[in-house]
Amino acid sequence: MGWMRKDLLTMRELEAGEIVLLVDTAASLQEIATREIKKVPALRGKTVVNLFYEASTRTRTSFEIAGKWLSADVVNFSASGSSTSKGESFIDTAKNIGAMSPDVVVVRHSSAGAAELLARALPCSIVNAGDGAHEHPTQALLDLLTIREKKGHFEGLHVAIVGDIAHSRVARSNIHGMRKLGMTVTVAGPPTLIPPFVQELGAKVSYRLEDAIGDVDVIMMLRLQQERMTAGLIPSLREYAHYWGLTLDKLARHARPDVLIMHPGPVNRGIELAPEVADGPYSVILDQVSRGVAVRMGVLLLLAGRKGGDGG
Amino acid sequence: MASPARNPREKAQVLDESALDRALTRIAHEILEKNGGAKDLAFVGLRTRGVSLAHRLAAKIAQIDGTTLPVGTLDITLYRDDLGMRGTPVIRGTDIPFSIKDKTVILVDDVLFTGRTIRAALDAIIDLGRPTAIQLACLIDRGHRELPIRPDYVGKNLPTSHRETVAVRLREHDGEDRVVIEEPEEA
Repeated sequence: MGWMRKDLLTMRELEAGEIVLLVDTAASLQEIATREIKKVPALRGKTVVNLFYEASTRTRTSFEIAGKWLSADVVNFSASGSSTSKGESFIDTAKNIGAMSPDVVVVRHSSAGAAELLARALPCSIVNAGDGAHEHPTQALLDLLTIREKKGHFEGLHVAIVGDIAHSRVARSNIHGMRKLGMTVTVAGPPTLIPPFVQELGAKVSYRLEDAIGDVDVIMMLRLQQERMTAGLIPSLREYAHYWGLTLDKLARHARPDVLIMHPGPVNRGIELAPEVADGPYSVILDQVSRGVAVRMGVLLLLAGRKGGDGG
Repeated sequence: MASPARNPREKAQVLDESALDRALTRIAHEILEKNGGAKDLAFVGLRTRGVSLAHRLAAKIAQIDGTTLPVGTLDITLYRDDLGMRGTPVIRGTDIPFSIKDKTVILVDDVLFTGRTIRAALDAIIDLGRPTAIQLACLIDRGHRELPIRPDYVGKNLPTSHRETVAVRLREHDGEDRVVIEEPEEA
């Protein structure tokens, strides 16, 4: 299967074969991280711009390392300290960056659809690194790679995604990807944080943590976005931690012994995850981060390495 | 419009099973002769058929000399000079589970043609460390070099025209051991 797309915007638009191609490519690139000289010349002369309008540690660093290991020139743009603070609009800034002929623009923005807007406005490849509560495809891809490396396959696995589903682009991208690969997804959280659309995406719903984690291969805990508390969606942090926090005790009593614990980060220790769980033997949280670099290398390589893929 | 032939026609057989085996046996002896034994040698095969050939050469050296040499796998896709000209790059990964530092690396490929693949392979190997030397073994040298690269060990020199292709078929991948020249079917 070949890669034909100019952009990577959503998991929703990808076919199962394209997802597997991305995961396979990333899996083969993991070896570069173990080398003494972590650099290959594949994207020499290509320019990757990281256009980040929202705070990010993992994702931006990960794209930057991925680009550099592939020998691309990587330029970081963050909204603070830029002409955005002088009032320039998103699309004007983007067009100006586009006029400097980058090959790939990686964009994160608080508004859903920002990446798609850029993809229509610019001739270069666009990677969505998170747009509002919409999608975060490279996070889903690194989660899928981690799951496959640990479990050996996709088909038939059951995953519980727990926490603030409503505001989570990670959950949405993962549900799309996992369903296409023949996995079962149960989402769980307080009713105020479970949006009605999840059933349309093919996910099951549970309103009790203990029920949701009972018979699953993977538990993916989401970050409680604490600003949600002030919006009145949860009564208190303590109550959330009590009912929805994953502790060793709950794991021992309800989960399978071979379960994987995942979290897209950053972790609120003691709220959604007890520290002993985050650092415990079931946790693959740091594996996820390592694989993130390989996934982003794979994405950059497939986009910039397309036939005639100079985008310009 | 004549499109590129889908089913190339077999024009001539170049090596049969026993000739292919004899060529590898000779190369194994030449490797030992040139290097004064098997000390500090390592094989690196180029995906896909170079890897199988490297394993066979290592087996022959084990038979002759009693030394088991390490064999690694090299994928040079990330080092190609034509990325973006050939469609989706397929990365299958490099796997060299030993240090090449202070080793004499015998690079193994099935067919030597323009030399561009070997140029990429040399860069890829040197990125992994500093070997004492790199030597090149290929089953078929079909000429038409575009770069100043020559093999140290050759199974068979085979003058070809540009429109012909040389197909190396190996048991491990194709169920048979032989080498044939193919040319496109006339449209």
